[in-house]
Amino acid sequence: MHSEAIMLPAFQERRRAVTILTVLIAAAFCSILFACGIGSVSLSIPELFAALGEQVRGNPSSLAATLLELRLGRALAAFVTGATLALAGVMMQALLRNPLADPYVLGVSGGAAVGALSAMLFFSAAWLVDIAAFGGAMAVSFLLFLLAWRDLRGSAGDGNAPMLLLTGVIIASGCGALITLMLSIAPDNRLRGMVFWLIGDLSATQVRWLPWTVWLIALVFAVRVARAINVMALHAEAAATLGIRVNRLRQGLFLFSALLTASAVSTAGSIGFVGLIVPHACRFAWGPDHRLLLPAATLAGGTFLVLADTLARTVIAPQQLPVGVITALIGVPVFLLQLHQIHRK
Amino acid sequence: MQTLKLGLRIGGRELVAGLDWTVEAGQCWCVIGRNGAGKSTLLRTVAGLRAPDSGSVLLGGRALSDWQLLALARERAYLPQGRNDAFGYRAIDTVLAARHPYQDDRYWDAETDFRIAHAAMRALDAGHLAERDVRTLSGGERQRVAIAAVLSQETPLLLLDEPASALDLAHQVGVMELLARLCRAEGKAVVLVSHDLNLSHSVASHALLLMGDGEWLAGPSAEVMTAPLLSRCLGYPIEAVQHGKRTLFIPAEESND
Repeated sequence: MHSEAIMLPAFQERRRAVTILTVLIAAAFCSILFACGIGSVSLSIPELFAALGEQVRGNPSSLAATLLELRLGRALAAFVTGATLALAGVMMQALLRNPLADPYVLGVSGGAAVGALSAMLFFSAAWLVDIAAFGGAMAVSFLLFLLAWRDLRGSAGDGNAPMLLLTGVIIASGCGALITLMLSIAPDNRLRGMVFWLIGDLSATQVRWLPWTVWLIALVFAVRVARAINVMALHAEAAATLGIRVNRLRQGLFLFSALLTASAVSTAGSIGFVGLIVPHACRFAWGPDHRLLLPAATLAGGTFLVLADTLARTVIAPQQLPVGVITALIGVPVFLLQLHQIHRK
Repeated sequence: MQTLKLGLRIGGRELVAGLDWTVEAGQCWCVIGRNGAGKSTLLRTVAGLRAPDSGSVLLGGRALSDWQLLALARERAYLPQGRNDAFGYRAIDTVLAARHPYQDDRYWDAETDFRIAHAAMRALDAGHLAERDVRTLSGGERQRVAIAAVLSQETPLLLLDEPASALDLAHQVGVMELLARLCRAEGKAVVLVSHDLNLSHSVASHALLLMGDGEWLAGPSAEVMTAPLLSRCLGYPIEAVQHGKRTLFIPAEESND
């Protein structure tokens, strides 16, 4: 038995990955189930299944069925947002070859915030806010892509993406200034909504297909290039000598992480730390191999945000906290701890 | 591998002009020159990471730009000078990554990949480092793991930029002997950049001297690695000393000038 384990490392590697992913998928289902059961009126598991049956049959009449509809919608929105942010985080970290990067570092979320807040300030239709956020994020991505084109094409050299990173940081701070400007001239009755949006809030989300579609397409892309990402994370620009089209890969990573960030931010505002902490924790637990890390981090990110959002709506019920507060409160100490541990290595 | 009228320039300065150079299977070339003479630039150009400023680089009779990147990756491996590890990969992962050109549509590594990777690590006396986080390795250990990765890429042509620079004496000799054996026994072609004249002289069958002003000199090491030529190439008087069967190069004392 022992000798067999030594002889077949590839088999072991595969079995380990399958085990981890199975557990994570199960955890994701459990977290959603948990989120549906918990609240001002808690539902037991048999009640949940009965309610689910009513939903499926299409005549939700009981209180449980109504509650389930509300909570399930919100839990699913939380899941897709968390999964999207974590995936965007891993991609951004691979793109910048920096494990401390997060999806917001390049100012894509800043662009979304500028879009969303101006929609809240000048108009007040809720649907417009989401579209404006998405538009703002895409506008910033486009601007970045133009400004850092040389860097993304790889002719700038060392593959550490300093040009892209610097451009992004400057654009992010520009967006920050615009946000502050809008907050300071906003009338009081709109201010609260604007602040909640900035922190990240899931209470007003509806079930929509777009974030799921974006997430699934990005996940397919990510898994297809996972091995190439490993090679690039190791060798930067010299990955080309191993047959990687580095520029194409970097452009793909940039576009998808921008699209993911835009999708997440326009669903739920700029929820912080998920895109940073979850990939980090997964890397810490299971290593940096992107073939496992990409699917694992995205599942863990979804589960994490479902649980954080359940906490956000129950911890001082009936009042609700924005979920961004919870993720930050959990994220800051976890991040500091991890940073400290890395440093000690 | 062949270069035709290859010219390299950096920042308007001419490094190499009109280089006609052919590397055949079984040859071990050593590239010698001062700092900034264009050794690494030449290697990067030959590896295909940088376009030539004039002339062309051919591999198997075809220009590098006509090759598919993946096919090219099965023909030549490149060891860059510095390494910068952002993520905590295990040493074995970094070696396995060099199997990428052979994994077309497989998602996970095959048992063969593991076998080749482990064998390469053992050949460099790095077998015991397999499970270590690369960021915790010493400079010399990391270097050996990187050379193991280049070996497990299984290419006929190896381009190595200062492979022995960070190694201790025993491992320097070990790596050089390994490279010489690869040329002799497996018919691989090796091009290496090194500042250690004695070490290179012991393994190199051929040498390319870059003068730093566009001039160059290529030929069998017995003809090219002589005290007067090396002195001119490195800009410092060098003496050749006979020690048994070996020729040693030492910097001449200023007073002997």
